Amino acid sequence: MKKAVHYINQFFAGIGGEEMADYKPEIREGLVGPSLALNSMIDAEVTHTIICGDNFMGTHTDEAVEEILKFLEGIDFDIFIAGPAFNAGRYGVACGTICKAVKEKFNVEAITSMNEENPGVDMFKKDIYIFKGGKSAAKLRDDVKKMADFANKILNGKKTGSADEEGFFERGIRSQVWLDDKKTAARRGVEMLIKKLNNEEFVTELPIPKQDRVDIAHPIKDLSKANIALVTTGGIVPVENPDRIQSASATRWGKYDISNLERLESGVYKTIHAGFDPAAADADPNVILPLDVMKEYLREGKIGKLHKYFYSTVGTGTTQKEASRMGKEIVEELKKDKVDGVILVST
Amino acid sequence: MCNLVPVALTVGANRIVPTISIPYPLGDPLTPKEQQYKLRYHRVGVALDALTTEIEDQTVFKVKF
Repeated sequence: MKKAVHYINQFFAGIGGEEMADYKPEIREGLVGPSLALNSMIDAEVTHTIICGDNFMGTHTDEAVEEILKFLEGIDFDIFIAGPAFNAGRYGVACGTICKAVKEKFNVEAITSMNEENPGVDMFKKDIYIFKGGKSAAKLRDDVKKMADFANKILNGKKTGSADEEGFFERGIRSQVWLDDKKTAARRGVEMLIKKLNNEEFVTELPIPKQDRVDIAHPIKDLSKANIALVTTGGIVPVENPDRIQSASATRWGKYDISNLERLESGVYKTIHAGFDPAAADADPNVILPLDVMKEYLREGKIGKLHKYFYSTVGTGTTQKEASRMGKEIVEELKKDKVDGVILVST
Repeated sequence: MCNLVPVALTVGANRIVPTISIPYPLGDPLTPKEQQYKLRYHRVGVALDALTTEIEDQTVFKVKF
């Protein structure tokens, strides 16, 4: 029987949530959490489960990858599966990171699954198979099944189809195929052109990926005269959270007057971000919203002015659409108030 | 300023200054207060200087500590 190894995070291993997100890599023989479902669907034995905390993988990436590759050196396996990671950003990036590394080192196929909003998709879709997954763990079985079905084709040496046919994110790899209708490229091209001229729908064979890039802002010429604002996606708010910004999947942002403050005090400000352990930021909110040092730079004259308000929202599970809308709304205010530059701290 | 620099590069941030972690980007609670302040002062300073720097591509600015 063929063999598989499965990667999951500390949460799905049942070790703990955010407070355990610094958990170091560990390998266990046999099945843990989602590996049970995987093992029941895949034509292979899931012999080992690798567990790593999402923050550990995010912050000590090289160390985590090296350690995990070391675990795998003595193990015989035919395929590597990670996740599913749903819309959990750090978990998605971790799954992508480890899949890519394992594929490169051991030359086995690596498969994972994420929701389309997961930043890991754009980072790794070219390198590995990332299946289109649900937004939350409610879709665990469905997402595992999609990965297992595809893994079975690979394990059994069957032909695999295109990204659309199989359900993974397009990898930008072109392969030659024989078309059943035997139409040449020239004929297909002309047919598309005619459709276009007639304002009819047509499907291109060479989609150009859309890049949503922001132009590079011009440098500030004289910082000592500039008005600088602080913005964060780390969920720092007054303790009563007056704007009721959501702790995850935020659609709201707030602005808070800091003109008369020297620093953000614990107990007066806190973080409402549900994507990480809030202990450190609650004890000292300046570790996310660095008001204390900005006031020092203001006193020193390095900056001309610190904008009266700081702006805050929560960046976990937040869709790109909402994030982009909130960003535009905040920028509008900043422009109106003649802010020259922004320091954005994300978590 | 962020900890997950590869994510910032992917989403298209142009001037990037690394922070030290996700839950506490600008001050490790296991270190003394003064050291946290020093680190924060340094990295925010790098970010302020980054705002004045002419760049042609996405740039990750170097921090000393």
